[in-house]
Amino acid sequence: MSVNVNRYKCGYCGACVGVCPAGALELVETWIEVEDTCTRCGVCAKICPVGALAVIK
Amino acid sequence: MKSRYDVIVVGAGPGGSITAKTCAEAGLEVLLIEKRQEIGDPVRCAEGLGKEGLIRHIQPDKRWIAAEVKGSKILAPDGTEIKMSEEASSGKAGYNLDRKVFDRALAQKAAMAGSEVMVKTRATGLLRKNGHISGINAMYMGENHEINADIVIGADGVESKIGRWGGIDTCLKPADINTCTQFLVSNIDAGEYNKFFMGEKYAPGGYLWLFPKGEHMANVGLGIIGSKCGNVRPISLLHKFMDSYMPQGKIIEIVVGGVPVCGPIERTVADNLILVGDAARQSDPLTGGGIINAMDAGKIAGEVCIRAKEEEDYSVKTLREYEDRWRATIGKELSKSLMVKNLLIKITDEQLNQLAHSLSGIDTSKMALPKVLPILFKKNPKLLWELRSLFM
Repeated sequence: MSVNVNRYKCGYCGACVGVCPAGALELVETWIEVEDTCTRCGVCAKICPVGALAVIK
Repeated sequence: MKSRYDVIVVGAGPGGSITAKTCAEAGLEVLLIEKRQEIGDPVRCAEGLGKEGLIRHIQPDKRWIAAEVKGSKILAPDGTEIKMSEEASSGKAGYNLDRKVFDRALAQKAAMAGSEVMVKTRATGLLRKNGHISGINAMYMGENHEINADIVIGADGVESKIGRWGGIDTCLKPADINTCTQFLVSNIDAGEYNKFFMGEKYAPGGYLWLFPKGEHMANVGLGIIGSKCGNVRPISLLHKFMDSYMPQGKIIEIVVGGVPVCGPIERTVADNLILVGDAARQSDPLTGGGIINAMDAGKIAGEVCIRAKEEEDYSVKTLREYEDRWRATIGKELSKSLMVKNLLIKITDEQLNQLAHSLSGIDTSKMALPKVLPILFKKNPKLLWELRSLFM
């Protein structure tokens, strides 16, 4: 996994899913799933309203 | 659940439910699915809308109206106030909803019209037969199902996957999305107007809103354009605002979300596929409002599905009527709003103040924004020059 989702912060709003250029994210119920097509571009982390996402370097 | 329907609608928000209801009323076999186990929850919305748009689709019901408002007050960075109102005659211009109850009421209408409804059911992919979309893969309670349909409606919101799977590029760039946080705040005087606070200190490239939700309660939130947020989080800015302007306020709910502000996208239909609402990026780039647009688009989508069924043609040839109709109405407004938004994100707080001051002595309290904009342009032609095509 190349994006770390802090489940305790995440508000499961799906904004990150909408901006992911690789379509690598999916919002399932109350959590975000990251597929291995993630390119670590970091757009999701940038737009997360609560700062729950971080790219793993 | 059957194995085949005329139409499968993915997402039971206002757009999806109106599409499903419209199709079912005409006798089409409809399945409406919602990935959440509860329709309408969690809310991702400031919940305000105009009266006129709402009553096109549903009679107002006090069970889902949290508050009626007289209009809007736009506050410039220096505090200058501009009062506006959509509908002057009744003295009540808009409603602030309780989306949890509203969305459920709309889904109930779709169900009563004959749609089947499945909650906790997530689309996981599209089925294809002879190269055409022929339904969806769906997961319900951990089990996979194949469900066939002539048309799949993607009403799956900001995180839409249906469009992408169907070959439509709906990916939002940072400049195409407002990242938002909202608190439902109690123990405050909410007033009788929806308030919009403009300026960098509140919300870079967006605005901060206060929408009354009944006595002593309001949705207080803000949205920042994704390209301007840097390392600033909407939630931190909102806490800062609360500390300075309403320290007595008590937060009884947190709402987060992203609002598409990109304006019309290139394509919203494909063979056997239609996108509706936020999934089609039909939210207003200036206000962020999306409920009425989604419902209007849902109605059109439903009507086009009925015609496609009559003609037994589910290709773009028939479905493009949807594209044409929503672009001629909703699309035009989105394009105008996009122009105004693109200008607003560039201008400084000082210039915003100047715009507000230029309206001094003019009574805008019975005008809506489309009437106020030409006045602003006339008073500030240089500053607003790039909007000239809207007025000249």
